[in-house]
Amino acid sequence: MANTETDTDTILAGLREIVDEIAGVPANEVDLEKSFVDDLDIDSLSMVEIAVAAQDKFGVEIPDDQLKDLKTVQDVVNYIQK
Amino acid sequence: MGAMNTTEVVVTGLGATTPLGGDVASTWSALLEGRSGIDTIHEDWVADLPVHFAGQIAQEPSEVLPRQRLRRLDRTQQLALISAKEAWEDAGGPEVDPLRLGAVVSSGIGGILTILEQYDTFRERGWKRVSPFTVPMLMPNGPAAAVSLEYSARAGAHSPVSACASSAEALANAVEMIRNGRADVVIAGGVEAAIHPLNLASFASMRALSTRNDDPQGASRPWDTQRDGFVMSEGAGTVVLESAEHAAARGARVYAVAAGTGYSNDAHDIVLPDPDGNGQSQAILSLLEDSGLAPSDIAHVNAHATSTPAGDVGETVALRKALGDSAADRVAVTSTKSMTGHLLGGAGAVESIATVLALYEGRIPPTINIEELDPEVRVDIVRDKPRDMPADAVAAVNESFGFGGHNVAVAFRRV
Repeated sequence: MANTETDTDTILAGLREIVDEIAGVPANEVDLEKSFVDDLDIDSLSMVEIAVAAQDKFGVEIPDDQLKDLKTVQDVVNYIQK
Repeated sequence: MGAMNTTEVVVTGLGATTPLGGDVASTWSALLEGRSGIDTIHEDWVADLPVHFAGQIAQEPSEVLPRQRLRRLDRTQQLALISAKEAWEDAGGPEVDPLRLGAVVSSGIGGILTILEQYDTFRERGWKRVSPFTVPMLMPNGPAAAVSLEYSARAGAHSPVSACASSAEALANAVEMIRNGRADVVIAGGVEAAIHPLNLASFASMRALSTRNDDPQGASRPWDTQRDGFVMSEGAGTVVLESAEHAAARGARVYAVAAGTGYSNDAHDIVLPDPDGNGQSQAILSLLEDSGLAPSDIAHVNAHATSTPAGDVGETVALRKALGDSAADRVAVTSTKSMTGHLLGGAGAVESIATVLALYEGRIPPTINIEELDPEVRVDIVRDKPRDMPADAVAAVNESFGFGGHNVAVAFRRV
């Protein structure tokens, strides 16, 4: 079993790929403290796409009522790790 | 000068992406060379169809637009934005109050490639995998909305839909938007992007398409005795229209005056044109009245002529009826669809650009592929080679007709 720190790096790398693919945001701009809406300029429909792609990649479903509370990249990492 | 209208409207920018080229310059030079943009479709699915060719875009949007934009824009929106960008830059990127800038951009069918692709996704992978952008991509006002968003056109965005007359109607409505005082500048045009087996099957099942599979480049042959249907194409055209006052104030280059608009409906049959040409001639009569042009002012007509047995000849009959014998004897008529194929909702815009350039450059593109002219043709067709526009030419007209009986004509006058 990998430790939590490794998991964070793995998840962040996966999220960077997804965000680049869906929203065209370069990987080096996607850090844990960034807000999807305020910092990365990602709109609500793209967040839906990101959530579905994250579900495919990490096997964790993010229900709509949870998605609206996931403001930052860290929030998504934490949710996937739960 | 329009008899009833004091606001003169001028054309200050042109943009296009067509089977002949990714911009206006390459499209125009191919038209003058008499080159066909039609080619075989290299997809396995053509084996299931009676038609194996189409007018596919010369430059893929992926060569121009970034990946993340492509995935949230239907192909109609992509092509509309590419041609709008060229037109806007060609016009010199006018400084205009967003509340005085409009967008009128049409598609005949809308985002049908998105509909079909997302339906496949839905059936194969379920509702959650359907793109959340499906609705804004498939809606027929999608191209107008995308252009409006890109250029902050806040005076209004419109998408008149009238099948293959849609983008001629867009230009006509845009002229009226400026005349009515709702805008100083309007980005106007149209697009189609519908090359898909279902759409080819749909047009083929109504026996509207050419099946000349052994000679795709000879398939679009308006007014030839052996014409057997139109060739389905994709592409977009955009013009920047502007009040003459606004254009003069910023020292813009003016290609032509958008002198008038004419409309009618056959109300005869859902797809077949009235064989007597009454509806089509009525559109020309209404154009003459609106523009204040005399029949003898019309030196050139870029015809709708799509290469169907049912359509091409009737249009020439209608022209003669509307213009009268002496003017009809002198008008030089061409069908650039012989080279581009039929861009459906993009046709009127691309052909209006050809009409404007014929006046501005003084050269009329030819109709290619006429080996034996249909003896029923009633006007002078520019065949095989381009022809010089008469030095004293005043005006030229683009005609576009659509399933549903729609007839639209737009007149352009030399500056």
